[in-house]
Amino acid sequence: MIDTADNSLATSTASYPIVVRDLGHWFGEDEARKQVLFDLDFAVDAGKLTVLMGASGSGKTTLLTLMGCLRRVEQGSVMLLGSELHGASEPTLVEKRRHLGFIFQAHNLHDSLTAMQNVRMGLEVHGERAMAHWQDAAAHLLSALGLQERLDYLPAKLSGGQKQRVAVARALVGNPDIVFADEPTAALDKDTGAVVVHMLKQLGRERGTTTVMVTHDNRILELADRIITLEDGRIVDDLRRP
Amino acid sequence: MMRRLEAFFEKLTGRLPIGWLQLVHNKMRFGAALAGVAFADILILMQLGFMGGLVDSIKFPYHQMSADLILSASDMNTLADGGPVPRQRMYEALAVSGVKSASPLYYGKIDWKQPDGTVRTLDTFGIDPARVTFATPEINAQLDVLKLPDMALLDRRTRNVPKAVFQRIDAGQPITFEAKGRTLTVEKLFSIGGGMTTDGYLIVSDQTFLNLFPQRAAGAPNHILLRLDAGVSRDAVAMELRQRLPGYDTAARTIDEAITKDTAYQTTQRPVGIVFGFGVAIGILVGCIIVYQVLSTDVADHIREYATFKAIGYPQSFFLGIVFEEALILAVFGFIPGVIVAMLLYALVSSVTGLPLNMTLVRAISVLIGTMAMCMISGAVATRKLARANPADLF
Repeated sequence: MIDTADNSLATSTASYPIVVRDLGHWFGEDEARKQVLFDLDFAVDAGKLTVLMGASGSGKTTLLTLMGCLRRVEQGSVMLLGSELHGASEPTLVEKRRHLGFIFQAHNLHDSLTAMQNVRMGLEVHGERAMAHWQDAAAHLLSALGLQERLDYLPAKLSGGQKQRVAVARALVGNPDIVFADEPTAALDKDTGAVVVHMLKQLGRERGTTTVMVTHDNRILELADRIITLEDGRIVDDLRRP
Repeated sequence: MMRRLEAFFEKLTGRLPIGWLQLVHNKMRFGAALAGVAFADILILMQLGFMGGLVDSIKFPYHQMSADLILSASDMNTLADGGPVPRQRMYEALAVSGVKSASPLYYGKIDWKQPDGTVRTLDTFGIDPARVTFATPEINAQLDVLKLPDMALLDRRTRNVPKAVFQRIDAGQPITFEAKGRTLTVEKLFSIGGGMTTDGYLIVSDQTFLNLFPQRAAGAPNHILLRLDAGVSRDAVAMELRQRLPGYDTAARTIDEAITKDTAYQTTQRPVGIVFGFGVAIGILVGCIIVYQVLSTDVADHIREYATFKAIGYPQSFFLGIVFEEALILAVFGFIPGVIVAMLLYALVSSVTGLPLNMTLVRAISVLIGTMAMCMISGAVATRKLARANPADLF
């Protein structure tokens, strides 16, 4: 489901970082093949925080992975930052992912790397140029997330919340155009969760960074610019805040 | 130290040295992996050492000979086998232009029974003491001793003989021992060293040799050593001899050709050489299995982190780089203790057996390169598990 304004803008997709059209997706083969997304149409506003909601199995995570170039688009179209993902080659998908930031529910930090080094991995993918001041950039972000005393700690010596904050810093250090986040505040306390969401909102205002987030956290819902609700692979509600 | 190595690998790879950091993060596993690679290297180096010792022990007697060419029976593979050569071939060879002199060489084995009942096997050369057969001054200076019957020169490096025996001979006190029903007297020593099939060498006159081996005939030595005039081409004279001498009973070879044939036969046709070659293959296999286990476990342990890096946008080549970085680190860091322990074992085995086991630079570098290749191959196989790192599974 897509509102009237979005339909009119669909012809000029350049102003939207993500435009989804007639998107369908299946899992399984032959008789076990099951459709999980049905004819989705919507566009994501630049610089805004869009929340995907829905019960478990509603298709929100699948939708997130399709928009994030982590799965191949089988039916319909996903235009990401001006590029069509349907039929895109693997190197194109890899290149596109470098413009994205991912925050996973599980932090997935590398256990052999310190907090600084884990954050560095978010920058190193962009090449030598991006690495010029990596220590300043990484330290600044980690400090903003309250980890200034833990820069050289290995993940094993960090709490769950601290690890998640390092993962947030890793996702943001490369100045991504879009951040995809899956329950990013689940492991964070109230204050830190608020810091992360406000940071994402601030990035949206200052740099135009777009955030698409899967969450059930009511604290975030209050801050969302738009809430899209899925049910059984279909959009059943699309609420925008003024 | 670890920081310096990290900085070194960072400079080397031009990125965060994740392979190195992963390896040293789990020190127990890293130590076990290095021990495994070192073990494989030791296994390979010992087998190559034995093989090298075998080859060196084959070469040594040839290198003692004062000869450019050697005439042997056409079925000769080693100094010790093949039938005798008709002595008349010596005279036919002397008629060939460029051949300066010829010396018959008789070969046999005798057992030297020790006071404790054990036996030393001595490869025995029978030579004409009036001719210069060997190039070693130590031997040539003592040829007059051999002109007396039942006199012998003994290899001072003969295996498992008390040092006192050699000290006594050096002090001018001859020793005697029974062999082939005769009493041999040793007044002087020389030095060659035992091999895989012999404990040492003995040199006697051709007359003493024929007394020791009465079934042998003076007209049928095992080999005929030829010296050529200065400046004459060995290959050309060898070719001439092959044309002149009947090929069914005599083969003419340069000393180098004879060594090559002997070495090839003993290392590829005889069980001992094949066993050592097999040992090298087992060492490589063991190394491959150990490194594969370490690397594949390491990949499996970090599959979620790799999937995360894939999601961030790292290409497949980045992950291959990590695995190969680990493989090379294991190869080099495992090789260092491996080569040190192997050198210690060389010294130990050499002192116990008398075999010439030496760590050559070529062998060490070859094994290092082989270890790197072994680790890289194992790494390449282990990278198949990287396919399981699917970033979509992270959500």
